[in-house]
Amino acid sequence: MIAHAMLALGGAVMLAPFLWMLLTSLRPASGVFGGFSLAALEGFGNYAYALETAPLLRFMLNGVIVCAGILVVQLLVAIPCAYALAKLPFRGRGAMFGLVLAALCIPIQVPALPLYLGLAHVGLLDTYLAMMLPFFLSVFAIFLFRQFFKSFPDEIIQAARLDGAGEFEIVWRFVAPSALPAIAAFSIFSVVAHWNDLYWPLIVITETRLAPPPLGMLYFRDVETGSNYGALMAGATIITAPLVIAFLVARRRFIQGVTMTGLK
Amino acid sequence: MAAITLEGIVKSFGSTEVLRDISLAIGHGEFITLVGPSGCGKSTLLRIIAGLERQDRGSIAIGGRRVDALKPAERGVAMVFQSYALYPHMSVARNIANPLEMQRLTFAERLPLLRLLSPRRRRVMREIMRDVGTVAAALQIDHLLPRKPAQLSGGQRQRVALGRAMVRRPDAFLMDEPLSNLDARLRVHMRGELAELHRRLGATFVFVTHDQTEAMTMSDRVALMLDGRIEQLGTPAALYDTPDTLAVAQFIGSPPIAVLPVTAEGGLVVAAGTRLRLSALAGAAMLGLRAEALAPVRKGTPGALPAMLARSENLGAEWLLHATLGDAAATPVVCRLTAEAHATARADGLLGERLWLMPDASRAHLFDASGRRLVPEAQRAAVEAVA
Repeated sequence: MIAHAMLALGGAVMLAPFLWMLLTSLRPASGVFGGFSLAALEGFGNYAYALETAPLLRFMLNGVIVCAGILVVQLLVAIPCAYALAKLPFRGRGAMFGLVLAALCIPIQVPALPLYLGLAHVGLLDTYLAMMLPFFLSVFAIFLFRQFFKSFPDEIIQAARLDGAGEFEIVWRFVAPSALPAIAAFSIFSVVAHWNDLYWPLIVITETRLAPPPLGMLYFRDVETGSNYGALMAGATIITAPLVIAFLVARRRFIQGVTMTGLK
Repeated sequence: MAAITLEGIVKSFGSTEVLRDISLAIGHGEFITLVGPSGCGKSTLLRIIAGLERQDRGSIAIGGRRVDALKPAERGVAMVFQSYALYPHMSVARNIANPLEMQRLTFAERLPLLRLLSPRRRRVMREIMRDVGTVAAALQIDHLLPRKPAQLSGGQRQRVALGRAMVRRPDAFLMDEPLSNLDARLRVHMRGELAELHRRLGATFVFVTHDQTEAMTMSDRVALMLDGRIEQLGTPAALYDTPDTLAVAQFIGSPPIAVLPVTAEGGLVVAAGTRLRLSALAGAAMLGLRAEALAPVRKGTPGALPAMLARSENLGAEWLLHATLGDAAATPVVCRLTAEAHATARADGLLGERLWLMPDASRAHLFDASGRRLVPEAQRAAVEAVA
């Protein structure tokens, strides 16, 4: 009873800003700092204004391109890597895995400067690639999948070898499908992180037409709206909506993902 | 044609020597069992034949062809694993079809999307599914084809694993304890089915087990492995009736053979203070008596061993009397009696708490101190004549 009350209280605290965002997006700009009354709600005018004045759909398309690009390459790289670390005996495997673990401890802010300089040097700033490149290799994915593959039965791999499968096929045809829950969990984690990422796009992107949603909101605030909080909140609602809807649709997977990855 | 010839196979894992110089000639169409306690190297040997493990030294020929450099799939053998190793996300049909897909489809034809470009693929897949249907029908699992392995019982999974091995029509089947995950009744049943399958297919079977009953009941020949060596190779009857060493005698046979330390005195074997009617062979140190080599007799019969009856087990057609020999040494022995013999002995009052057991000299096994079998002259002559 008390536990539930505490959880409800915590939930209310967490939800309050979002509720405020929703309410503000429905109110005229002048009413933001006033008291609350249902009569003051003016409907979806702010949304229309936000969609008209800022290329929100463009921002979201950018977000989709960046998130999908990052995720696909992450999976293509991390799954074979994890398989090799989990199942193939080779010299230096332990040291290699040690490096993976060590790399888990390095936040993106640490290599940000060299990465920026490198990208600037090869003239890749202000491209989709610049936003995706630093995240192609996810040590977290390698670590997660390696732990998952570790428990994959050796006998099944051997049976596949006897059937005539090469290592490439063993990974994609037999081992990866067994890790679908882990892959789903990681995908959710990756997409959420990169959809919401502001830090890295802020560094490498200056052109508005390439901006992913959070960066786009930043431009939107600066350039278009000034202190039109209603429109700003409407924009924020629009770019948060896909993730919220995805969460509602695949809630079970989300929860599974969070418990499996032990994050947040 | 698939005779399998192993020559001087040596294998170590780190500093532990798992296989020490194994040479073995397996005939075409033979059902040979590698049996031994866990850790004796039998599974490793099987995996070396399959090519899943590489030997450190020695060579393997299958069907007269050196296979040392060949990949597992190129050796013409199929394997059935202890865990069955079915692909969990594939239906039974796809599981059985998999080896054929690997054989008959090109790499590109097996890739998702790209395979749609191949006009040949559809035809080949139809042929494969026909072959899968034939094998499934032979194993009576055709109604299970659309299911996933998780929806099957242990026995059904076992059959699917067999089907996946059979569908390639391999020259040799390698089986790694395939029955050990089944319950007792099903195990007995599958024993019969495997023997029948072997007869029908005429392929070479190499069967690994730690269960001496499986070794005894199915094989043409048994290779008993101990500590990385083949301790004895022979027919089940040879291993049972003329074990080369005490270790073989102790491993083969259920209930296990009773072993008594003995001395020689006046030309007779003496065990537990009793002079047995058994002529002493030079160096005799251990006497092995199987359950059927003992019979209860009247108190004081010359050559009978005094024993204390611990418990009797009624198995229906026969009885097992568990007893301990002597007063101090307390060597456990088992005596096997048919139901009639048991009834007679009980009527004669031979089965009290104290009883007298007479060893059958013709079925007794004598070993020297190092565990080597001692063969009486007459028997040795007979053995040499056969060899």
